[in-house]
Amino acid sequence: MESQANKLAFNDGWQYAPAPESTDHIRIDEKYDLFIGGEFVAPEEGRYFETINPANEKTLSSVALANEADIDRAVKAARKAYNGPWSKMKASERGKYIFRIARMLQERAREFATIETLDGGKPIRESRDIDIPLAAAHFFYYAGWADKLAYAFPGRDTRSLGVAAQIIPWNFPLLMASWKIAPALACGNTVVLKPAETTPLTAMKLAELIQDAGLPPGVVNIVTGAGATGATMVNHPDVDKIAFTGSTSVGRIIRKSLAGTNKKYTLELGGKAANVIFEDAAIDQAVEGIINGIFFNQGHVCCAGSRLLVQESVADEVIDKLRERMETLIIGDPMDKNTDIGAINSAEQLETIQSYLKIGQDEGAEMYQSSCDVPGSGYWCRPTIFTGVSQSNRIVQEEIFGPVLAIQTFRTLEEGLTKANNTPYGLSGGVWTDKGAKIFKMTQSMRAGVIWANTFNKFDPTSPFGGYKESGVGREGGLHGLDAYVKVEV
Amino acid sequence: MSVIALPIASALPDLKRITPVDEVGVNERVARFQTRSIKKESKIEALKTVLSMIDLTTLEGQDTPGKVRQLCQKAIHLHDSLPDLPHVAAVCVYPTMVGIARAALGDRGINVASVATAFPSGMSSRKIKLEETRTAVEEGADEIDMVISRGAFLQGDYHFVFDEIAAVKEACGDAHLKVILETGELGTLDHVRRASVLAMHAGADFIKTSTGKIQPAATMPVTFVMLKAIKDFYQETGRMVGMKPAGGISAAKLAVHYLVMLRETLGNAWMTPEWFRFGASSLANDVLMQLQKQATGVYQSADYFSKD
Amino acid sequence: MAEASARVPVEKTYKIYIGGKFPRTESGRYFLLQDPKGAVIANICRGSRKDFRNAVVAARGAFAGWSAATAYLRGQILYRIAEMLEGRHDQFVAELVLQGVSKRKAKKEVDATVDRLIYYAGWADKYQQVFSSVNPVNSSHFNFSVLEPTGVVSMLVPDDSGLLGLVSNIAPAIVGGNTCVVLASESMPLCAISFAEVLHASDVPAGVVNILTGFREELTTQFASHMDVNAVVFCDSEVGVAKSIHIEAADNMKRVISRVDTRWTDDSAQSPYFVRDTQETKTTWHPIGG
Repeated sequence: MESQANKLAFNDGWQYAPAPESTDHIRIDEKYDLFIGGEFVAPEEGRYFETINPANEKTLSSVALANEADIDRAVKAARKAYNGPWSKMKASERGKYIFRIARMLQERAREFATIETLDGGKPIRESRDIDIPLAAAHFFYYAGWADKLAYAFPGRDTRSLGVAAQIIPWNFPLLMASWKIAPALACGNTVVLKPAETTPLTAMKLAELIQDAGLPPGVVNIVTGAGATGATMVNHPDVDKIAFTGSTSVGRIIRKSLAGTNKKYTLELGGKAANVIFEDAAIDQAVEGIINGIFFNQGHVCCAGSRLLVQESVADEVIDKLRERMETLIIGDPMDKNTDIGAINSAEQLETIQSYLKIGQDEGAEMYQSSCDVPGSGYWCRPTIFTGVSQSNRIVQEEIFGPVLAIQTFRTLEEGLTKANNTPYGLSGGVWTDKGAKIFKMTQSMRAGVIWANTFNKFDPTSPFGGYKESGVGREGGLHGLDAYVKVEV
Repeated sequence: MSVIALPIASALPDLKRITPVDEVGVNERVARFQTRSIKKESKIEALKTVLSMIDLTTLEGQDTPGKVRQLCQKAIHLHDSLPDLPHVAAVCVYPTMVGIARAALGDRGINVASVATAFPSGMSSRKIKLEETRTAVEEGADEIDMVISRGAFLQGDYHFVFDEIAAVKEACGDAHLKVILETGELGTLDHVRRASVLAMHAGADFIKTSTGKIQPAATMPVTFVMLKAIKDFYQETGRMVGMKPAGGISAAKLAVHYLVMLRETLGNAWMTPEWFRFGASSLANDVLMQLQKQATGVYQSADYFSKD
Repeated sequence: MAEASARVPVEKTYKIYIGGKFPRTESGRYFLLQDPKGAVIANICRGSRKDFRNAVVAARGAFAGWSAATAYLRGQILYRIAEMLEGRHDQFVAELVLQGVSKRKAKKEVDATVDRLIYYAGWADKYQQVFSSVNPVNSSHFNFSVLEPTGVVSMLVPDDSGLLGLVSNIAPAIVGGNTCVVLASESMPLCAISFAEVLHASDVPAGVVNILTGFREELTTQFASHMDVNAVVFCDSEVGVAKSIHIEAADNMKRVISRVDTRWTDDSAQSPYFVRDTQETKTTWHPIGG
């Protein structure tokens, strides 16, 4: 092909000098206790665990390991706050506290962004431009709902649930905390929240902020620990609601342990989204959408467009352009303002990703990685695409949660649609075509909770998010996200 | 300069089959370029590169030989107190001023560019447009900046526009041809893309956004779409085409973001004055102020930089 | 009590309803339905797991077409079901009486069932308007959320409300574009099969509603665990059974809808929220640009 002969060169010549975000404005304590009842309290057993910077493997801080007694203490504090001020407070006043959190987050945004990137490995550009502003926006959006719930459920009264136990993942730590806490509080519930064990720091900074905001003690409690701590929360008898974001396998375990209880639950689980590119699409923007779909946040995104389905007549062109675009992605120090792709969140996740790279190659798929250098220490994975795969390949079927794209082709709309829906997951999907009728045909027929047409990986507090099938139960965000935190009276 | 065989116009492709452009997607991509943080040595290098790419321009009805000579003086002596500055790429004037500029610039390596073809509207007969082109070349223009017939383009008479560009290209002889699309009058990015493809196939050496007389003039989204068209044309034909955003770029920081966009879209091969130009009248001084600031660490005042 | 000259009545064979057909259970098994005095009323198919499997295949097959049918058409068909039921009013009263319901209550139940169908027929093209939203996102995109049917719904309908309880669960599911597989009341199964005949005569496409008879104890696990069922509804399972339904349903993240303690004769047993129970929210984004 001619295009092979006319390759563009991006690697020599003018380069961007390092542009690191400074850390002189942030404060990370050596050790964080549990935030319970408005106070920072030491864990009962006095055990702590370290959290590291995945970009250089250096220890950032230590956080408390909460045991059953600690969780009980947190649930009791939440119950007390629920019975006490929170459920009795005038809804508009409750809303004002949540507004206050939103504003304080905006004021401290730079510190939160910096710590999010240090603790989780995501590029500072993303935590600065996406995670933290969206987190603040979530609080701002739900704050306004507090005294307007009657308008959200036509013909019905609602009441709050009580104490919500919320367990969040490591891919969007503060953003997921805001997705969980904001609607819970707006609906009059109190909260015990556990951040993921590899990314606890922004949650602890949020605890400080909530303390500074003067929320009544116990309305928000933040505890740290690993899976066992989460299980203790799920199984605590005085919890009324479980909100979990994480893998489908853990979601299943949670549902089984909730069976026989009256606890309400919402689950945001895994995904294996198809991004479907038709021949009549705006190809350049589609390529950008593919890049954004799979390489955003190192691919640590449950709704990532990890399956590319491209119509055969444009497949070569799309794949050539994709490879070329991959060459311009800057991978490296997440604190550098020019970094596009940061560090893999943990050694464990890197191992998972690498095992899938091996599986893909062993299954006979052709692997292509961008040629960039990666730093010596820390956890890294080059942007990766696989071609020559089919529905039968494991890398097409299973969630990898890394910067790894499986590319398939299709010939007709029906074939593309069938392949897109041929998965137990149903969180998100993408479709790219310039033809309006085809967009609606596809967006209606794809069995997933969020469909991006001629765009991808967009999020907004007003926009409900959540999956069909094994991708979860319930919605978060928007008007529909209120449902998760109220009982609709008959 | 050795005379190389110029690629002749190829056939006009079916412009209706050109890939569509999504405006929101383009804007998002452009916003990403603008988040790039260019600091320290990479900033100095970029600023100097920007200077070297400037077509220092005066295109006013009130232009006089005196004004043009002053501009040429500025082109030669950008800011002598700063060492190691490149010179600008060209001085861009009306055809009647080409001889003045040619004499003022001598053979310092600064090109003379002339607008032609009834600039800025292009509303004249082909005969006159070709005559004007030939005159400017005879007067010593190294480069011709022509305008396309936007009316014909918008009414779908692509062959008319194509043939006109090809004819002007022929009239240019050895002079380089820049084709101004006047994107501010084309309405949509899809049209920008189509006009770019048309102009390149008709033989353009450069494609250029604007005359500077219509708002909006150059924007990053429009330039991005044109760069993408250049890229695809190169990969299809093997021929490199240059890019010139013109009008509205007066801040050094914005110019540097254009370079970021250029680098990440077309790569290093295009990062020279041979393949990229800024059409601007006030950009140079802002770049010079930034360079002075980088050299001294002190923020600058416009009073210390000559305005010609 | 029969006189010598009386005509011998023709008794009805109650068969199950799968994919628009009335087969006998593939198992060949039956159970006796007796009236309160112990007299045999009918042989009832003792549906098997294979019957259930076949019914799910039929329901899945019907889903694409039914979910794509216009709301107007679904409303028309629901209304048609009500018309057909009204026309067979006396038959259903008689069947309820045969199963031990007083004549007065039976008449009320059939009336209420017709009215419930009319109620949901009216919701067909309205619940979407009540529950959907246009979301004003902070970017240049048009964003909206609509409800879409969850898919194939398995239903363990109330045991003590053989007709009204049945229809009160089927109607909100199908008006929303789902297809369903229903396990009829074990103690009062007659009306379910007769209702299948009503459906059959009402332009309801084959496979949209599939009705089995059989033993709860034998089939509940299947209803909760089948990997191609998207939601399970149960109405009167005891705590232990409810727990096992939740556990079985977790494997494919089935939605579990509990309607225990619903008073089926009450107005509170009908609402668009019953429709919403078996709907998913889909949110779509598209850029706004030139």
